[in-house]
Amino acid sequence: MAAVENTLFSPQTAARFDKLVTLYPIKRSALVPMLLYAQDEVGYVSDEVVAEIAKRLDLLELDVRNVLSYYSMLRTKPAGKYNVQVCTNISCMLRGGYELLDHCKSTLGIGHKGVTADGMFSLEEVECIGACCWAPAVQVNYDFHDDLTPAKLDAVLETYREGRGTDVH
Amino acid sequence: MPDVSFTVDGKKLTAPAGTLLIDACKSAGIEIPAFCYYPGLSLQAACRMCVVRIEKMPKLQTACTTPVAEGMVVVSESPEIAQARKSTLQLLLGNHPLDCPVCDAGGQCELQDMTFKYGAADSFYAEPKNHREEQQWSPVVFFDRPRCILCYRCVRMCGEGMDVFALGIQNRGSSSVIAPNVPAELSPEHLPHVDCEQCGMCIDVCPVGALTSGTYRYKTRPWEMNHVSTICTHCGDGCKTTLGVRSTSEGSEIMRGDNRDKSGMNGDFLCNKGRYAFDFANQPERLTKPLVRQPDGKLKPVSWEEALTFAGNKLRELRDTRGAASIGVIGSNRTTNEENYLLQKFARTVLGTNNIDHHRTADYVTLAVALQGSANRLASQRDVLTAQNILLIGGDPTNQAPLTAWNLRTNVRLNKAKLFIANTDEIKLRRQAKAFIQVAPFAYNSFVDYLAGDDASANSASVSAQADQLSDFRAAVVEAESLLVLVGNELRDGELTRLINTLPNAKFACIADYANSRGASDMGLLPDMLPGYQPLSGSALAEEFHTPAQPGLDMLAMFDAANSGALSALYVVGSNPVAHYSVDPSALQNTFLIVQDMFLTETAALADVVLPAANLYEKSGSVTNSYGDLQLVSKAADKPGTRSDFELIVRLADKMGHPVKSLVPFGKGLRADMGQSRGAQSGEADRHAVWLTANNLEPKVSPFDSFAILDEIQRVVPGYDKLRRLQLLSGNDQHIAPASSGLVQIENRKNLVLPSSDTLFTSGSLTKYSPMLLDIQKHQQREVADHFAEAD
Repeated sequence: MAAVENTLFSPQTAARFDKLVTLYPIKRSALVPMLLYAQDEVGYVSDEVVAEIAKRLDLLELDVRNVLSYYSMLRTKPAGKYNVQVCTNISCMLRGGYELLDHCKSTLGIGHKGVTADGMFSLEEVECIGACCWAPAVQVNYDFHDDLTPAKLDAVLETYREGRGTDVH
Repeated sequence: MPDVSFTVDGKKLTAPAGTLLIDACKSAGIEIPAFCYYPGLSLQAACRMCVVRIEKMPKLQTACTTPVAEGMVVVSESPEIAQARKSTLQLLLGNHPLDCPVCDAGGQCELQDMTFKYGAADSFYAEPKNHREEQQWSPVVFFDRPRCILCYRCVRMCGEGMDVFALGIQNRGSSSVIAPNVPAELSPEHLPHVDCEQCGMCIDVCPVGALTSGTYRYKTRPWEMNHVSTICTHCGDGCKTTLGVRSTSEGSEIMRGDNRDKSGMNGDFLCNKGRYAFDFANQPERLTKPLVRQPDGKLKPVSWEEALTFAGNKLRELRDTRGAASIGVIGSNRTTNEENYLLQKFARTVLGTNNIDHHRTADYVTLAVALQGSANRLASQRDVLTAQNILLIGGDPTNQAPLTAWNLRTNVRLNKAKLFIANTDEIKLRRQAKAFIQVAPFAYNSFVDYLAGDDASANSASVSAQADQLSDFRAAVVEAESLLVLVGNELRDGELTRLINTLPNAKFACIADYANSRGASDMGLLPDMLPGYQPLSGSALAEEFHTPAQPGLDMLAMFDAANSGALSALYVVGSNPVAHYSVDPSALQNTFLIVQDMFLTETAALADVVLPAANLYEKSGSVTNSYGDLQLVSKAADKPGTRSDFELIVRLADKMGHPVKSLVPFGKGLRADMGQSRGAQSGEADRHAVWLTANNLEPKVSPFDSFAILDEIQRVVPGYDKLRRLQLLSGNDQHIAPASSGLVQIENRKNLVLPSSDTLFTSGSLTKYSPMLLDIQKHQQREVADHFAEAD
């Protein structure tokens, strides 16, 4: 039997959550993975998601919000279809991370944490994404694009705009 | 735990192993500053103020998380440490607004004190301060975010101390913020607020002015108030509240209540009512002039002389023409022991009747009779904090007796006490319980039978509990080596007696509803018992009083008598029976009614004479809490136009032509023989005077000095004979066990206990005169309504 009736999530995700809860000695340990999977499915962590996760883990909604607000990769508002995450930590910074960020800002016409009017792209300046060897790097949704220049980045954005990119939604 | 020896600043100290260094130093008089450390709460080590140098450790260590160890050598103050603390302060002050001149905490702010001590006036942080508007989280809780230094005391206090968990921490690093449990996006007006018990503990523990109280903020400065420790007037737990009092043009006014000096049994704990609900005292509806009903049927303000003369003459006339038995007296749960004793003495000696009663909220008579003659079977409030095994049967302390609930939670959390709960409702304290049995509705009787060993009553005792749950529960409770039993006011009479007999080694306490409910009972505001639950005939006191041997009318019988026209007069002191017992106002139309109260309550509105009375915060005396802990009440506020109930009773007796000295033995002079020459009875007030003189206190020679009657209480009320005057006057609590032997079980006695079912936000008739309580009720209702809306 499912742990929660009338779940928000797809049957697969709901089943995954039912199992996730059983994997840890303390239920609340499943909180962060659950938030991430929920965000992947819903697109962001909505109030309803918070309520359901709190119910699944026997937590107060406040506890869920405390953790949710701690992590910058968890969001409470919808992102664009393609979430462009530009790294500006030291390796990327030295190899032109900020140029990429500025380039994105001007070509997409949005700032940090902004979403384009058509909902296609959103932009985020992020901390190290672990691709220092191939700096500067950008992550779009879960895909990495490295050793970039503004021109190469334009091409990358173009593939997404044409619908040839990977789509986690 | 074995003691370990260590050295702090060259001083050799010892402390039990496991003691935290910060506590060990505190006991030795060495102050180590800390913002985040708070005794009794979990450790946080967030503020870095308590850093000390410990030999052989590479870096400065936090004293709040370091347990003392054998041979440890500590330096608590050095230039290096001062510099570290100064840097911490500079960081904290980086975004702290320097609005100290208008901040509520100014003058009693821990950050201010530390800045003063370590001098972090110059700062490396030149960035503009990040201002945020303050937020109102509830009628009593305001949050000023930039002042917050993120010590997390409030979060831990709310979660661990109160078991409410209404506060959390959101975001990360320097943008961390304390967040309430109802976020802006989920509230109707898009402002965050708290859905909680509104106890104000978060405000109390806040070391700075980040959390401020709705009733006190921006009203005054701490140094402009006098601080008076007295006992809260609301529930029967006996919390001490230190009232900040400020002079006004016409008297003095209470500005705030807290117990930061941790002086009472409650430590620093106070609930919503203890902390904020003193505002009834300054309500515009407060009566300040005596009222007498005129021939046209309207109440008219008159002078004290006129009102008292009229009331006294009328009362004497009715006593002489229609007989003492036709007069009834109703006492209060919130007046002092001295006033209660005096009132019953007034009824029994001045009027000559046993028709006296009060709104009973727990069955103390049964408790006293069942436990008579046994030693050490009555529990003190302090036992709740230390007992290893506790049975809570009936009652809901979280709502009705918040200090009891606080002590239970603290005891379970810090001392691993085992709490067993049997209740018809799923009360909140079951979260702390080792075992919880949901008793079937109205089935405490069967449950007590089951505890007593009657297996057949298992099914009727509880519907939901399994057989093995019940038997485990019984085994644990009955076999516990030491047991404290807290009894809610659902259990009375036979059930209570049987429970007491079933657990012969346990200590007992009955939870009552008001500040002096126990005192009212102990002082004999009962138609069938004298003070100390002594019988109406046969005792020395009965002879002294010359009371009729027949029991008088109880509360209900008085109103029946009024209805049938047999009650010629009724004297009500600080009580509102018309509302509590839903008395039909027409019942009292042929009764001469005198009411002493603060407000024109439902009862006072029917009166022929209304005398404006002072409340518990405006008089001195003593009160006894539910557990029998006797404490001093000190006069904090002063309301012109009112008089203490004590004075009014004495004046009424005087106007009836009764010799006042026989009612209140006051004065010194010829009688100053300390009772040696003419027996114990004659020297009463003098013993007090002699004692006062010996202690450099001014001897009171007025008949309105309530302490003048304390000697008599000590002489005639069993249990109170053991009270120690110095303990009382120094504001310490002492446990009174009134159960003497020789008490008589009265057959077919009506116990007439009527629980007032107060919640955290009601306090009997006072509720509607406290704007704060009314505000909070509105706030809470809206929260509940929101939750229902969400559930739909």
